[in-house]
Amino acid sequence: MIKFLIKGLIRDKSRSRLPVIVVAIGVMLTVFLHAYITGFMGDTIEMNARFSHGHVKVMTRAYAENMNQLPLDLALMDVEELLNNLQQQYPEYAWTPRIQFGGLVDAPDENGETKAQGPAAGFAMDFLSEGSREADRLNISKSIVRGRMVQEQGEALLSDDFASKLRVEPGDEVTLIGSTMNGSMTMYNFRVAGTVSFGTEVLDRGSILVDIEDARLALDMYDAAAEVVGFLQTGFYDNEMALNTASSFNNKYTAAEDEFAPVMKTLSQQGSMGQYVELSNVWAVYITMVFVLAMALVLWNAGLLGGLRRYGEFGVRLAMGEEKGHVYRTLIYESVLIGIAGTIFGTATGLFLAALVQEYGIDISGMMEGSSMMMPSIIRTRITPVDYYIGFIPGLFSTVIGTMLAGIGIYKRKTSQLFKELEA
Amino acid sequence: MKYILTAFLTVWLVTGYSQPKAEEILERIDQNMSSENRVFESSMTIHGKRSSRTITSKSWSVGDEKSFTEYLSPAREQGTKMLKLEDQLWIYSPSTDRTIQISGHMLRQSVMGSDLSYEDMMDDRKLTDTYDAEVTGSEEVDGRKAWVLELTAKVDDVAYAARKLWVDAERYIPLREDLFAKSGQLLKRSVMSDVVEVDGRWFPKTILYKDMLKQGDGTEFKMLDIKFNQDIPEHIFSKASLKM
Repeated sequence: MIKFLIKGLIRDKSRSRLPVIVVAIGVMLTVFLHAYITGFMGDTIEMNARFSHGHVKVMTRAYAENMNQLPLDLALMDVEELLNNLQQQYPEYAWTPRIQFGGLVDAPDENGETKAQGPAAGFAMDFLSEGSREADRLNISKSIVRGRMVQEQGEALLSDDFASKLRVEPGDEVTLIGSTMNGSMTMYNFRVAGTVSFGTEVLDRGSILVDIEDARLALDMYDAAAEVVGFLQTGFYDNEMALNTASSFNNKYTAAEDEFAPVMKTLSQQGSMGQYVELSNVWAVYITMVFVLAMALVLWNAGLLGGLRRYGEFGVRLAMGEEKGHVYRTLIYESVLIGIAGTIFGTATGLFLAALVQEYGIDISGMMEGSSMMMPSIIRTRITPVDYYIGFIPGLFSTVIGTMLAGIGIYKRKTSQLFKELEA
Repeated sequence: MKYILTAFLTVWLVTGYSQPKAEEILERIDQNMSSENRVFESSMTIHGKRSSRTITSKSWSVGDEKSFTEYLSPAREQGTKMLKLEDQLWIYSPSTDRTIQISGHMLRQSVMGSDLSYEDMMDDRKLTDTYDAEVTGSEEVDGRKAWVLELTAKVDDVAYAARKLWVDAERYIPLREDLFAKSGQLLKRSVMSDVVEVDGRWFPKTILYKDMLKQGDGTEFKMLDIKFNQDIPEHIFSKASLKM
């Protein structure tokens, strides 16, 4: 029976070619867009998590209220003790202290006078402790443009554009001018170990990355940190799990009225990231639903057109004694075969396009100038296992639903009028 | 009726004649607060939200054009030096062996985390040169009679567009001062105390500064030792002396 239907479809190109192409195009778009959205939104979320938000973040309550201003005077104290507690209580996370700070980076000339100066966004992370995964987390080895990674205290990485602007090379000395957590002006010398480019406008505009111990010395923050960030050991953000952890942690401090008591916030509870996380969760479902609906309408229409074209054929088959149910079922079987063929073809094409964009990316840096949100300036798709089967939803189901809707007309044919119609 | 009129005229004449003009009060303040030159040691206790810390320093200044400050303690700040020449300010940090010029918005930053900005420290000009004044009344401050003066800037390059001063009616020393932005917002408040006579002039040895936009309990500035009209070598006010 199936063999018979396949033969029919292959021999009668008008029955298979257009529907297969329509299904394939729809499936291709679905697969590609799903990979695109997964890649773009996932990259944005993980990039924000890695560089700034963490999967969860512990701060003082006062700091959390003003976190956009990076108020170091409201930083966490006794961080070693806090880290030990967090590691014991929540071992499913990797915990690490961080300090984000602002300041000026001043490059001296050979006489020690200012050669160039620029405002910098500072990121202090644990680069030098044994077993620290911060460098890997930020993918620094792949982001280095010139020089090398920080290997000892007193060294810093500058964003490549910033280093060019300051006219400094790896090996040169620069001075950080900033404010300590007490508000005093501070100056601290760093040797430029290397320059980095993260492909993100916000980070590449003017950033300095230093080891946290150097930042503590520079900013007078002994055993202090602006924040302690936690990353799920799985490496991927899980909103539900993060919310549970934050709730469990914060419950321990509900009674304390100290504004310097620690508070934990998930990535989705920081800034506009909540909306973004929510959006990324439902976006793929929305797109698939829209495609299922759109494809169902298109294929219903295609089915109706096919039904009209095959009006005579159905009439002959019914006149020859074939049951209406049988005609209807064969039509459905045919649509299943068309759906499968179109889906396979569309999925393969969609995956091919997604693989191309995953490899080469789409450069949107021109659109990112002046952006304050940490977003990748090169958009890459991300092919996930879902992409291998997501096309079957619109490709197969919509085709079948469309055909089922269009095929209802078969039951409206009256046997008594068939010969009259055939004569005509 | 005759008696009432006589009493009114008497009160009016007494108060009117005994209240000096605003310009005269400003001149008397300048005579006390400004000098040809001075050398002083001071301590600055900054009362932050979490802790307090004290910084000591020694300063040399000539008029309102030149000043040189060396920080003596704590260890973290020791050896830090500041040089002001007219409207330029340099800071030397011994840990980096770098001298940086402070300019633009950085002048509004806090000095050592205190309630004072670099701009506050730099502006030593006489009040008579920078503000128009008006006496608006008299009040009692810490048991002393004080004239209340409202000052409006007559030059553009002052840090505060308006000031309100409570001036000791006898010693002509400000006992309290409110500093306002152009918008009328109160930015800083200072309260002077421990007024002593040094070399024939009255001078407040303790000033409590409070940045009204900042949390914390203010900064207490104490003059530990002050000498006027000293013989200050000229080389102190050079960039070379920062690294000495």
